[in-house]
Amino acid sequence: MAELNKGDEPMDATPNVSEVDASGAAATESAAVEAIEAPVERGEPILQVRNLVKHFPLTQGIVLKRQIGAVKAVDGISFDLYQGETLGIVGESGCGKSTVAKLLMLLEKATAGEVYYKGQDITRLSGRALKAVRRNIQMVFQDPYTSLNPRMTVGDIIGEPYEIHPEAAPKGDRRRKVQDLLDVVGLNPEYINRYPHQFSGGQRQRIGIARGLALNPEIIICDEPVSALDVSVQAQVINLMEKLQDEFNLSYLFIAHDLSIVRHISDRVGVMYLGKMAEIGTDQQIYDHPTHPYTQALLSAVPVPDPEAREGRERIILTGDVPSPANPPSGCRFRTRCWKAQDKCSTEVPLLAVPERFKGADTPAAHESACHFAEEKDVVHAA
Amino acid sequence: MTIIDKTMSVPGPRGGSESDGPLLEVRDLHVEFHTRDGVAKAVNGVNYTVDAGETLAVLGESGSGKSVTAQAIMGILDMPPGRIPQGEIRFRGEDMLTMSNEERRKIRGQKIAMIFQDALSALNPVLSVGYQLGEMFRVHQGMSKKQAKAKAIELMDRVRIPAAKERVNDYPHQFSGGMRQRIMIAMAMALEPDLIIADEPTTALDVTVQAQVMDLLAELQQEFNMGLILITHDLGVVADVADKIAVMYAGRIVETAPVHELYKRPAHPYTRGLLDSIPRLDQKGQELYAIKGLPPNLTRIPGGCAFNPRCPKAEDICRTDVPVLHQVSEQGGGEIAGRGSACHFWKETIHG
Repeated sequence: MAELNKGDEPMDATPNVSEVDASGAAATESAAVEAIEAPVERGEPILQVRNLVKHFPLTQGIVLKRQIGAVKAVDGISFDLYQGETLGIVGESGCGKSTVAKLLMLLEKATAGEVYYKGQDITRLSGRALKAVRRNIQMVFQDPYTSLNPRMTVGDIIGEPYEIHPEAAPKGDRRRKVQDLLDVVGLNPEYINRYPHQFSGGQRQRIGIARGLALNPEIIICDEPVSALDVSVQAQVINLMEKLQDEFNLSYLFIAHDLSIVRHISDRVGVMYLGKMAEIGTDQQIYDHPTHPYTQALLSAVPVPDPEAREGRERIILTGDVPSPANPPSGCRFRTRCWKAQDKCSTEVPLLAVPERFKGADTPAAHESACHFAEEKDVVHAA
Repeated sequence: MTIIDKTMSVPGPRGGSESDGPLLEVRDLHVEFHTRDGVAKAVNGVNYTVDAGETLAVLGESGSGKSVTAQAIMGILDMPPGRIPQGEIRFRGEDMLTMSNEERRKIRGQKIAMIFQDALSALNPVLSVGYQLGEMFRVHQGMSKKQAKAKAIELMDRVRIPAAKERVNDYPHQFSGGMRQRIMIAMAMALEPDLIIADEPTTALDVTVQAQVMDLLAELQQEFNMGLILITHDLGVVADVADKIAVMYAGRIVETAPVHELYKRPAHPYTRGLLDSIPRLDQKGQELYAIKGLPPNLTRIPGGCAFNPRCPKAEDICRTDVPVLHQVSEQGGGEIAGRGSACHFWKETIHG
């Protein structure tokens, strides 16, 4: 990794990549595949997202279609995912967190920006190299009821990745592999010929996880993997995911709106608002020392299952709804709902960086926060 | 649970005498559904009471019967396939299950109103919100269209929808999720009912909007001194607003308690498991406790205590005898008001 990347670079710098040109396409493809298959040390960045943008065009007219605007679902976000860690992404509906997942899976084409997987920009890959990337980044979906084909048996669903990547398992070996996977996720291997409707929600999500594990990927992107499950079943699935992470040395990008679950599973957490990253840091930095007003409001609004705590806790109740991403506010996007907003907020876009006042200070508040008036405020613990 | 004196069930006139006798009393309610796979016993003997101004939270997972109980109270169960083989639902002392349809219609909407989970599917997409809000006044109070619209605007103002006058003719899809839920609340509040049943009112909403909606609901409840039945699976929401809690499992109430008591020392292994299995915002723990297994199939509820296959404390008696809701008492013997646990080993669970 180090030689590909030429050492540790600051967050905003672009990782060094070999340019793909037409003449040496075949040679660079082999080099790319090689790079993708190289192992990454624990704690090194495995996925680097730089200024990722996704605008969905809004059109008018049927015959003479013209673009009248764009929904700015993701508007320039950057972050790193390190090998072996869990990065949680939280935010309200419409903030673009699921679009990020789709962009990383290459299910949507990014409008601009780069996604580096082991130093290779996967938004520009094709052919063999792209296939190798796809094998290593898998996804677990939110709704276990619609993400499994009702006409396929569980064995076919989990084994389907092997049809596309036959090198992962020889044909005669597949049934045994699928049964192993069922065992790994805590289902009876004899269920291989059953259909999805014969399983409960929690069991289906286990099937979805087994499918994600089939190709032995390095990264799993989980888009709200437990939000459709009952409380008592959620804990089972969360524990399973933690166990699998240790067992298979996985890196998770864990997208959810439930802040308590994200805290439980994540090593680092990023807070998104209207297509931008508002604040990012370790779970302790974000939850115990938030500096962005949006994070503070979000955390204070979470109902804590302890009636004693509700009396001591300060609640920040935001007014209004999230503005439309087709027409986001100028400057700081949160200013329309922020109690600290001043003139500066409407003219200057705050950058995601360690706030000036905390720079160099050895405090948990010194983490990246996109606010002009960042200050620390504990909203989680009772006063 | 609380045994209600016969004298209390005399229906009092509206207004003054609200303090004596519960507003709503559900007694030994059973609901079953006849399906091709057999009879699904959704509710198996539920008892609870709600007083004016009080918030009862009914907590349970999907399939625990919490919503079916609410639908039975509202009289909006699909019958058939649903059937109520036994039980009573007394509103101000009168059993609603024996009333004529005409009488029930007078209560529904005017005295008892309901807020549904998914506001988008609960509102009619082809009628303007103003029309739907005004319908309450036109049907129940015989107002003219014009009067009803003016009332609708007033209601929208009250639930703090900005620019109510301009938006009264808008359609549901033109509102955000939080606004739609406010409209649902406005509709339920329209005739100032005595009791509101809110079925997962904030489950589909984001946390910041959820806090707004729950605040609004609590404020209106206080203003009109309404009883509120809050149905939810979220232990956090319950801790924020409830006065007392009934925990349901497989169609039965397994534990009742005032809100502070329940979180401090649960008296049923299921409640304890639920509390232990939720991650906390203010602390990062080790591995989460997980209740093993799955909620039971309602056509084949296990014998004895329905929770026994998943319970860490289960013994032989749990597989044979159905536990009744025991009055929970202190170690010394003093009864704890409003606490009950349907567990053979509640003493060990709460004190041990």
